[in-house]
This record gives sequence, C-alpha cells and structure tokens, in this order.
Amino acid sequence: MDIYGWVQLALFMALLGLSAKPIGLHIGRVLEADGKTFLDRGLKPVERGLYRILRVDPGSEQDWKRYTLSLLVFSLAGLLFTYAILRLQHILPLNPQKLGPVRPDLAFNTAVSFASNTNWQNYAGEMTLSYFSQMTGLVFQNFVSAAAGIAAAAALVRGIARHSAKTVGNFWVDLVRVNLYLLLPICVVYSLFLGSQGVVQNFKPYITARPIEATAAPSPETAPAGQTIAQGPAASQIAIKMLGTNGGGFFNANAAHPYENPTPLSNFIQMLSIFLIPSGLTYYLGRKVRNQKHGWTVWSAMALLFLAGVLFCWKAESDGNPRWAELGVSRTLGNMEGKEVRFGAFDSALFASVTTAASCGAVNAMPDSFTPLGGFVPLFNIQMGEVVFGGVGSGLYGMLIFVVLAVFLTGLMVGRTPEYLGKKIDSYDVKVSVLALVILIFSILGFSAWAAVSPWGKAALGNAGPHGLSEILYAYSSGTGNNGSAFAGFNGNIVRLNITLALAMLFGRFLMLVPVMALAGNLAKKKRLPPSGADFPVGGLMFTLILMATVLIIGALTFFPALALGPVVEHFVMTGSSILY
Amino acid sequence: MKIWLSELLTSFRAIIGLAVIVCGIYPASVWLLNRALFPAKSGGSLIQRDGRVVGSWLIAQAFVEPRYFHPRPSAAGSGYDASRSGGTNLGPTSKTLVKTVGRRAAQYREENELPQDALVPADAVTSSGSGLDPHISPENARLQAGRVARARGVPEEKILEQVKAYTEGRTLGIIGQPRVNIMKLNLALDGVHDVGR
Repeated sequence: MDIYGWVQLALFMALLGLSAKPIGLHIGRVLEADGKTFLDRGLKPVERGLYRILRVDPGSEQDWKRYTLSLLVFSLAGLLFTYAILRLQHILPLNPQKLGPVRPDLAFNTAVSFASNTNWQNYAGEMTLSYFSQMTGLVFQNFVSAAAGIAAAAALVRGIARHSAKTVGNFWVDLVRVNLYLLLPICVVYSLFLGSQGVVQNFKPYITARPIEATAAPSPETAPAGQTIAQGPAASQIAIKMLGTNGGGFFNANAAHPYENPTPLSNFIQMLSIFLIPSGLTYYLGRKVRNQKHGWTVWSAMALLFLAGVLFCWKAESDGNPRWAELGVSRTLGNMEGKEVRFGAFDSALFASVTTAASCGAVNAMPDSFTPLGGFVPLFNIQMGEVVFGGVGSGLYGMLIFVVLAVFLTGLMVGRTPEYLGKKIDSYDVKVSVLALVILIFSILGFSAWAAVSPWGKAALGNAGPHGLSEILYAYSSGTGNNGSAFAGFNGNIVRLNITLALAMLFGRFLMLVPVMALAGNLAKKKRLPPSGADFPVGGLMFTLILMATVLIIGALTFFPALALGPVVEHFVMTGSSILY
Repeated sequence: MKIWLSELLTSFRAIIGLAVIVCGIYPASVWLLNRALFPAKSGGSLIQRDGRVVGSWLIAQAFVEPRYFHPRPSAAGSGYDASRSGGTNLGPTSKTLVKTVGRRAAQYREENELPQDALVPADAVTSSGSGLDPHISPENARLQAGRVARARGVPEEKILEQVKAYTEGRTLGIIGQPRVNIMKLNLALDGVHDVGR
C-alpha cells in the first residue's frame, strides 16, 4: 500500500465529491418535464419530435401503477428487440466475421442481462457478437436500461418530495429526457476522450498481422497465418457502458483489454464515470426534498462504506499470495495473476470496488484470480444491495429503501412513530421495503443453494474447494444484484445456467422495482405533517452511522454464513495450510 | 388489456425513435469524429513494417527468441490470440496455478541466467487479465536485458539505455504503474519506432 495509491484515492474521492453538485443540478433540470438546460437549443426539436413519434403528451403525468406498467412493458419490448437482433445477426448488416446466430438460451440470457442493466457476459464479445449486435442490440439497452433506472429513482424521489399527490411523473418523458440531455451528451465527449487514449472505433474486419517473430506461430487452428486482432466500434459502446453502470464489455476481457482501457488515465476516468451519476443523484435527492444535508448524509454513508471496501481489497491484493514466496516469486507488485501491469494492485482493487459498489460489473482485472479477501470485497459490495453509490438510479432507490428501514428501526428504538422528512412511515411502507430486500436475498441464496447441490452447477466450476462455492455465490449475487461482473472461471454458458441466471436478473431488477414504485406512490399521497421539533433528524453524523449500520446488518449479515464457507475459509486455507485444490 | 396494448405500442415507437439516435446517429458520429481526430488510434494503433501489418502497439504478441524481450504469459486462446481475450481465472489456491507459476519462475531464472535464489518479478510469471497485456514491469525488463544483449552481441548498457528510454512513468506522477511496452521496445531494438510517440 504505497503513497501513490493513497494520493490517487484522495484525488478520486475529491473529484467525486466536487462533481456531485454540478451533475446533481443538471439531473434536476433534466428530470423536470419543462426543465431548461444549456442543450435545449440543439436538442429541444429532437425531444419534441420524439414525443410526436411516441404520441405522448409531455404535460401529462402518471400514477405509480401506470408509471410502473410503462416501465415494465417497455423493458419487455426492449428485451424482445435485443433477443431478435442476436438471433438474426447472421442476416443483419455489419458482420464482417460472418458470425452465426446466437444460440437461443444464450441470446435469452444476454437480452435479459442487458435489459435489466446487469450485463453479465456469458457471451464473449469478439467471438460471438457482430458489430451490429453490439452497436444496436446491446448499446440500445445500455442507454435505455440506465435511463429506466434513473426514471424509477426520480419517481421515488418525487414521491418523497410531494405530498397529497396522485402522480409520480411520466415515464416516457423521463426516458426521453434522460437519454437526450444526460446520457447522450456526456457519451459523445467521453467517447472522443477514449479515442484519444487508444480505444478503437471502426467497422473493419478483424486484422491478421504477420507476427514480428518468424517463429511465433500462435495457434495453428485459429490463426495459422498470424495474429488475428479483433476490431469494432468500441469507443461509443464503452462510454455508455461505464456512464450507465452497465458494464458489459465490447471484448471478452472487458476493461482489462488494451483496446477497451488502454492507459491508466482512461482507467481513472472510467472509474470516475461509473460513480458520476449515482453520486450526483444524492445531490438531486437533497435538492428535491429541500434538505441538502440529507443528500450529503446519504452520500457520506455511501462514501464511508466504499472506502472501507477499497482499503480492505487493496491491502489483500498488494499483500499477494503467500504461497508464492516458496516459489521464489517477488511479492512487491502484489497479486498479479489476472491483472494488467499498467493498473497493478491498487488500480485493480479500486476498480473492482467501484464496479461492484455501483452495479456496473465492468472489470479491469479478473476477480476470480483475486486473493480470497480481495475477492470477498466485490462479493460483499454486491450483497449489500449495491447501495454504495450503486447503479444509476437503482443505487439511490436501493439506498432509500434502507433509509426508510433505518427511520423505522430508530423509531422503534425510541418508541416513537417513525417519520421521514415530515411524513409518517406506516406499515405499508415498511412491508414493501422489506419485500424489496427479501426478494434479493431469496434469489441469491436460493439459486446458489440449488446450483451448489446440482450436477449442472458443479460442472460449471472453474476452481475447486471453497473457491468453487465463491464462484457459484458470486454468479447469483451478481445476477440478482444486476451487477454483471463474474468469477469468470465459472462457465455460465450452459442451458440451465443461462436460464437460472436470467431469472435471477429478472427477479433482481423487476420484482424489486414494483415494491419500490409502490413505496413511491404511497409516499406521494401522504400529507406532510407540520414540523413538531421532535422528529428524527435524517442529516448529520448520527444518521450516517445508523444508515451504515442498517445496510450492514439487514443487507449483508444475511449472507455471512455463506461468505464464511467461501472466501473466509479459503483465506485460512491459503495462509494457514499447504492445501491446494 | 387495452392499456397493456397501448403501452406496448408506445414501447415499440419508443424503441424505434430512440434506436435511431443512440444506435445509429451516435456511434456513426463518434466513428467519424474519432477517425478524423485520432485516425491511427481509432483504427487499432497498428504497426506497419515494409507495408504490412505486423501487430498493434497496444496488443502483446508472442516473443520467444532470446534477442527479444518476452511479454507476460498469456491465457488468450492458445496464447496472445487477440480474437479471444481473457485470463486464466484460476484462484489463489488452485493447484494448476501454483504449479504453473513455479515452473515459469524456474524457466525465467534459467533463461536469464539468474541465481537459484533470485526473486522473479510477479508479472513475469502470471497471466494478465486480457492475455494481451503489452506491458512488463521495469524490473522484469531489466532482468531480461542481459539475455537480449548477449543474443544481439551488444553491451548490456546499450540495452538498459533502451529499456530506460521506453519506461513509462505514472500518469501525472500518481496514476497507474511504471511499465515498459514490449512492442515498442522490441521494435526499437529492430530500428522501428512508433510514429505516434
């Protein structure tokens, strides 16, 4: 743990904190149907055109049920759209490698994965998908699933901010405005930056290079004539992949691939861009509910949980693997298996923490090859519910579920009716909040347990021993949490796993959304109580600590027995024995 | 039922409207802009030699001859296959991994004529995440310099000078790790230089 890492971490947190206000203010303007932004001059006609195509009146609003229905039906339609493209890619354009149609179960898994903002990669980009499939089938979902998440969070924040109201916004207006005014402009600038660093953007067939060394003949079956180098329109896809916390790589190796993440600077900006919108949304929350201190309190709870994870992971990865000492391998660089030299232990640990705290799931190093405790952190981050900044939108609404529960628990402890920002929290609110969490827990532990005792689950393992259990647990946590990163030795590309993982992703996204929207609707229609002076303050250090404790106790403790059998056992095996698997 | 149907129709209209923008206009404009501003980079940072493409500055290639610096081990396809990127995904308690690392460390010492108790840099014996990592650590490069010098029949200082010239530091002094790009270094030894540098 060297000084460079500490300075870089400080810089990262400082930039994140400084960006929260400007981006939060911009999000606030985007999420008002008649909000004005500096982009209006160019984009207002496009926005009006889209409303005309959709036949939507931007002045009208929806109640929570209609809003949810629009969101669900749109996601389903989008899923079919992506599925169709993947199945038909052999007859669609931009397929210079003449790749065949994607197998039905894999296409289903991939379509669900992108529609739910998960981006689990059972496919390997450069071997499976045509340029058209990537650019259309996947990029479409990268934009709209991110926008749908932000829309749902906006609906919940409106529910909290409004009183005696029937409606929570208009899904179609939110969808259009978030895409046009928030995601698209940032992505254009961002993809140019990525291009300047070396990320490819072209439609050329794969290039066959004659190797520099005459004797270097890589693989006789794949590239007898030389090195085949995959190409493609990657820059435009990677920009939205990071900004929308999607995480599905253009290439199989994701952000470890030099074409996808060529320099330490591109890596730094990619990490920052994952957190940009989730962090800005906490400012938006504070502003909407007219309690900026509450917004910053939520931000601080997230930041502290995040830092704890980063330091833990960094320490484990820079300590490396003790078994290598006896092999005469230096440990000064830390654990380098599955890592790139340009990133090293620190940037890999930071990236892994960012990508799992948010529900991004991009990886710049292979988490499966992390040390047991280094791999524990990403897994734990996902199991906390990805509320540490979290996915775009989903992070905020996930955290607000915990806020409601924290308010409820403190109310119980002091024997007072729980109130949140001037509204009574009643049993309906608590029920739907708990329901949202229980769905995640059942999906993760239920599917993991099923896979762990089934031949098809065990057949997919890439590692034996406790590490194998970690692989299964990671897969269903990542799927349910809509993260998408993987302990990738686990081969999920078989029919049963494609289906069960897709179900986990659907449950994690859409079954959680319904209770969240119900909470939004119920909060919106409540009357605001006059301030009594006795209500519990939701800003400040005390609430930060209570919120963190709630996340840890309710969100993560559930998983502790399973974690103890996976990464924790493996850690003691690695450090205290000579057993290998 | 009627509501469902109307939502479904709106969804399809939204898909068409948005897809034209985010899947058509957006990537196409990024393509045109990147091609105009960064033609070499957006095209894959390819290396031309005698009019033929011999690789990419960003993608490691197999080097086994002693007169070249060797890249990190690769798990991409059957090695350095830039159409099958990926790592080994072997965990820290994997027998296969520990055995492989031990074997590579012994081989590294032998190739570079290092003493039996010399510590081998971790990057020299582990596979990268992408299998295409073009970089090695400066320590790894220095340890290989002697072998390269002997194979080329030049003094080791000359090679070390090149290693130093091709060592990239941390960005802004703090971000990332010091590293040596073996594609650049090996081609510089052959007298070919990265024009984009």
